[in-house]
Amino acid sequence: MLWLQVLVNGLAVGGLYACIAVGFSLVWGVLNIINILHGSLIVLGGYLAFFAHQYWGINPFLFAPLAGAVMFAGGVALQYCVINHVMARPFLITLLLTFGLNLFLDNSMLALFSADYRKVLLNPAPGVFDLGSIVVPADRIYATLVGLVLISALALLLRFTQFGRAIIAVRMDRDAAALLGVNVRWTYAVAFGLGVFMAGSAGALLSAIFPISPVASAGYLSKAFVICVIGGLGSIPGAVIGGFALGVIESFGALLLGPEHALTLAFVLLIALLAVRPSGLLGRQGFA
Amino acid sequence: MTALLELKGVTKRFRGLEALSDINLSLKSGEIVGLIGPNGAGKTTLVNVITGVHTADAGSITFNGAPIAHMRRDRIARLGVARTFQVVQPFPAMTVLENVTAAALFGGAAASIAEARDAAAHHLAFCGLTDQAGKPAANLTLAGRKRLELAKSLALRPKLLMLDEVNAGLNPAEVDAALELITRIAAQGATILLIEHLMKVVTRTARRLVVLHHGKLIADGPVASVLSDETVVEAYLGRRYAERMAGAGI
Amino acid sequence: MLRLALPLALPFAIVAVAFVLLSQTDAYIIRLATTFGMYAALALAWNIIGGIAGYPSFATAAFFGLGAYVTAVAQNLGAPLLVGVGLAGAGAALFAGLLGSAILHLRGKYFAIASLVIAEVLRELTNSWTSVTGGGMGINLPLAKTTLLTQPQLYLAAMLFLAAAATSASMLIDRSRLGVALRCIAQNEDAAQIIGVDTRMAKTWAFVISSLFIGLVGGVYASWVTYIDPTDVYDGAMSVKPILMALLGGVGSVFGPVLGAFAYLLLEELLWRNLLEFHAGILGLLVVLLVLFLPGGLSQIRGVGLVSLPKIWRRAP
Repeated sequence: MLWLQVLVNGLAVGGLYACIAVGFSLVWGVLNIINILHGSLIVLGGYLAFFAHQYWGINPFLFAPLAGAVMFAGGVALQYCVINHVMARPFLITLLLTFGLNLFLDNSMLALFSADYRKVLLNPAPGVFDLGSIVVPADRIYATLVGLVLISALALLLRFTQFGRAIIAVRMDRDAAALLGVNVRWTYAVAFGLGVFMAGSAGALLSAIFPISPVASAGYLSKAFVICVIGGLGSIPGAVIGGFALGVIESFGALLLGPEHALTLAFVLLIALLAVRPSGLLGRQGFA
Repeated sequence: MTALLELKGVTKRFRGLEALSDINLSLKSGEIVGLIGPNGAGKTTLVNVITGVHTADAGSITFNGAPIAHMRRDRIARLGVARTFQVVQPFPAMTVLENVTAAALFGGAAASIAEARDAAAHHLAFCGLTDQAGKPAANLTLAGRKRLELAKSLALRPKLLMLDEVNAGLNPAEVDAALELITRIAAQGATILLIEHLMKVVTRTARRLVVLHHGKLIADGPVASVLSDETVVEAYLGRRYAERMAGAGI
Repeated sequence: MLRLALPLALPFAIVAVAFVLLSQTDAYIIRLATTFGMYAALALAWNIIGGIAGYPSFATAAFFGLGAYVTAVAQNLGAPLLVGVGLAGAGAALFAGLLGSAILHLRGKYFAIASLVIAEVLRELTNSWTSVTGGGMGINLPLAKTTLLTQPQLYLAAMLFLAAAATSASMLIDRSRLGVALRCIAQNEDAAQIIGVDTRMAKTWAFVISSLFIGLVGGVYASWVTYIDPTDVYDGAMSVKPILMALLGGVGSVFGPVLGAFAYLLLEELLWRNLLEFHAGILGLLVVLLVLFLPGGLSQIRGVGLVSLPKIWRRAP
């Protein structure tokens, strides 16, 4: 039954992983920007949750949307004031910009919080769900559930609100959308803000399960990227499938090669996937 | 005489839509063939499949005896298959001369950059672009860019040259000039496939006409008989007009 | 014959003169000049794949780290410095060749991010292969044995030599068939294929040559600092600095990266001396400012930078 336990372990983080990736996928799909800042934003969300728990005792699973909301405002401002200037420029330029912002944010967090790993210690500890031969850590389940709820909310927002449809329209054809009266600049800003929201929420959820530190930001960025490639860019279902897929791959990787190599296995698979099918399992244009 | 280019049963699908259905076509060396058909018929797709931009889902393509259906684009180009694009594709930051030099260097298999440059100058002169040689390709007018496309294609020393609506967007005077150029190219011996909407171009240069409609080849023969073929008229102008024409005995 | 002589001889001649002049100065100047050599070599190397070919690679840190570790491990097994560094270059080139077949057919953003991920992967692998690499605790390198030169002079010579070699390579590529091919690929890859350019071969060569130099520099660096660890040599900043230098000096031009390396070194020295703690963060800010105020458009990126100052000068009324 070991493999079943390993499988369950992997699935238990699937929703959480999807949450990590969906913001990255949204920004990439709609604004055509690879947000190198993404990993650091996740860590920032984690810190917000950590301090919220430390000073006000708020449960990180509940705090997640709040962390996201706080960072949403920052994200909108960042896009509107800074990133917007490079939207029309070649790809290398936007990549460098987010890289520079990432370097700045990472090192700011290092200076403020130091590289020491922090973890939210919940009291009482969430414990496990005992299902006979299989044991499922409760914290991962809570995180995954909250993650899936947030993703569903995002999907509904995109599909059923006017603003959401504007985002999809802008991605499909920016000029046509502008001609139809969509305020492209604000759309970009809000879309980016939503991406940051998801990142912040994901970070908050992560803080309860894994130790956080600015050093971990590159790892989260990589996870997000791997998930997007597996599941396909520009697709929420893709991010979800990719999230669960990565969870399972990592879980089996940890079993077969040891936990340190789990992510490396994912990377190797990623390269193989890129070589063979760069659009991922469900990738397509637009974002829905 | 063996065919230079032979397509057998070529089919190409894009996500369920059959852009090309079971195409059988054979081009002989030195022929000038016009390829016509309504918009969306699949003319550019056919050229794309021959040059390797798309891969056919079924069928075989043979060029000079070699099977090219699954060959890489650059290899096909080096074999002597050249084409122009409807939307011209120059190297924008390079000069007109450099553009053609590059073509002569790789596709035209020049021995050195200097030799390629000489060949390029010759091709530019042939196409009437000598006085624009030093200009960046991005600064040319549309007519100039079309000539540049032609010059680049010629620099490949092609055995088969496919011109995809090379006259689109040109005014009548420019079309006449382009026509004269095409006639001169044909006189040099290459096989030419001319995709056109302008009948006067096709009737004046081509001996044979091939018609595509909804991805199928509906006619293939001498120009005059194809143009009066009822199925062709129907494809362009609709069934009622075709019936009226047949009724009037045209 | 003369056409070949210039790129082969000139950079080395300049570097030889520079070495003679600099080797007698104090330790600080020598260190600065050695760093300049390193930066110039890295920027030039990046420029081959990122500037001339137009494939912005973020894998510089990967090959740098790989080169550093290959040299470290080789030397710990008893190999002399020259062999260690040679292996570093060979290893990097080989890895680039293999990697290239997997990621070079990707366009634009996919290639960039895939190359970024590579450094992460190598860092993880290096970290966990403790028996060979010393893992997170790093690895020491033996002091180089020198007879004629002092230690600092040796590394000054090595880095300047690599910078000269990279310049030579850039000049040769620029005027060769490969250079034409790469420029075509950078401007319109589809059109390049249509005129018969073997884009796969061209890109692979560019990637391999670029990585060869980066690996060599990494190897020399490891010996120079005598102690390396994964976070140090696989640092993401190492991927972005050469790009910045190339941007400053003029992406795609032959000498631009050299000018950019010089300008960047100046900036870095100013920051290092004043803001030691947070200097990586300031680097980030610098990148942001640079990017925001750099002129726009791809055709304008190419060649714009310090290297085009003479042109701008002449154009002024």
